[in-house]
Amino acid sequence: MCNRILVRKNNMPTGFVIAVASGKGGTGKTTIATNLAHYVAGLGQKVQYLDCDVEEPNGHIFLKPEIDRSQEATVDVPEVDLEKCTTCGKCGQICQYGAIVCVKENVLTFEQLCHSCGGCWLVCPVDAIEAKSLKVGDIELGKASDIDFVHGRLRVGHMRTPSVIKQVKKHIEENCLSVIDVPPGTSCPVVEAVRDANFVLLVTEPTPFGLNDLKLAIGLVRQMNLPFAVAINRYGIGNDQVEEYCTAENIDIVMKLPDDRRIAEAYSSGRLIVDVLSEYKKRFAELYEYVRRLRARINDKR
Amino acid sequence: MDSEVDPRFGRAAYFVIVDTETTDFSVIENENVAAAGGAGISSAKTVADSGTEAVLTGNCGPNAERTLTAAGVKLYTGVGGTVMEAAELFKSGKLTEAAGPNVQPHFGTEK
Repeated sequence: MCNRILVRKNNMPTGFVIAVASGKGGTGKTTIATNLAHYVAGLGQKVQYLDCDVEEPNGHIFLKPEIDRSQEATVDVPEVDLEKCTTCGKCGQICQYGAIVCVKENVLTFEQLCHSCGGCWLVCPVDAIEAKSLKVGDIELGKASDIDFVHGRLRVGHMRTPSVIKQVKKHIEENCLSVIDVPPGTSCPVVEAVRDANFVLLVTEPTPFGLNDLKLAIGLVRQMNLPFAVAINRYGIGNDQVEEYCTAENIDIVMKLPDDRRIAEAYSSGRLIVDVLSEYKKRFAELYEYVRRLRARINDKR
Repeated sequence: MDSEVDPRFGRAAYFVIVDTETTDFSVIENENVAAAGGAGISSAKTVADSGTEAVLTGNCGPNAERTLTAAGVKLYTGVGGTVMEAAELFKSGKLTEAAGPNVQPHFGTEK
């Protein structure tokens, strides 16, 4: 019994999901997400890394996983049986995206514009519309040493980014620390990627651009009521405005990674900082400690 | 009739429907000016449903073009000047029917 309590204290007893997001692109989300996952796996903890930047996933370059299975990410789009169709036009009236339109004696579908709400096949009075599967992306799963690795890849020419992200996130496991690599920005793909996360780490750089986009990202996570903190990458460049802003807003800065040329060199050759620059291990240890304490507080509330 | 032809079809502010026999005209306000997406398709439907047989416009994207074609509406792109001038050019047979869309989706929506 005692043992069990000890295990519960040191391991992630239930799933805990960290989303590493930014606002501004190129601030170091993948650097921090991959290194954190690798660091935590090194402690013998169960951890998974999910690359939700499905328009340009790159976590695999650093974690070098062995992919052992893959799935297609699909969405439902309408297919019209013109034999049954009475060209009543109700399908086109309900569609908010012009993805299905009834003109004269024709019904046209525009699969690229469809958001798969299902409205058209519900309102069709003669059941002339069926849901057809459209392949929009691929999900690949594997192992990167002890890390469970998942990433999604949107197919070229498709725009259903949130749908692919949703299908990546279906693989979030229980009893595990799940690190989500979020796409940059503050639009729909980001909302989908951070949704239901237990904690969002916002990575920024100490420049006016970094601060501007950080504020946008903070607006988003506040709107979604998600606990969050800030990590400053390339610390030492720019100015102090990010720190001043966080202090004024009472936001925790949980990590500072300096603007070190060796970090850039490791990155450019696909290596992890915690492997090649051992002095930075401590920063990830501190970050993980912060996460553990936060998790404990959240679990207490549960 | 003295207004300039909008260079964009899908998000044009108005459609002026001209009867080329009598030069009588009516105006339809385009509800798709600020549509989130699919403006060309919805505009093509609006125009087709009005009984229009030919569209004269500056530029037309692939989705609107496909919709117009399905409705049997002829398409003429590269049209400029005033609505009156465009209608007269059409009547005199000086316009050539477009072979397809002349621009990509979302053309002219970026500021």
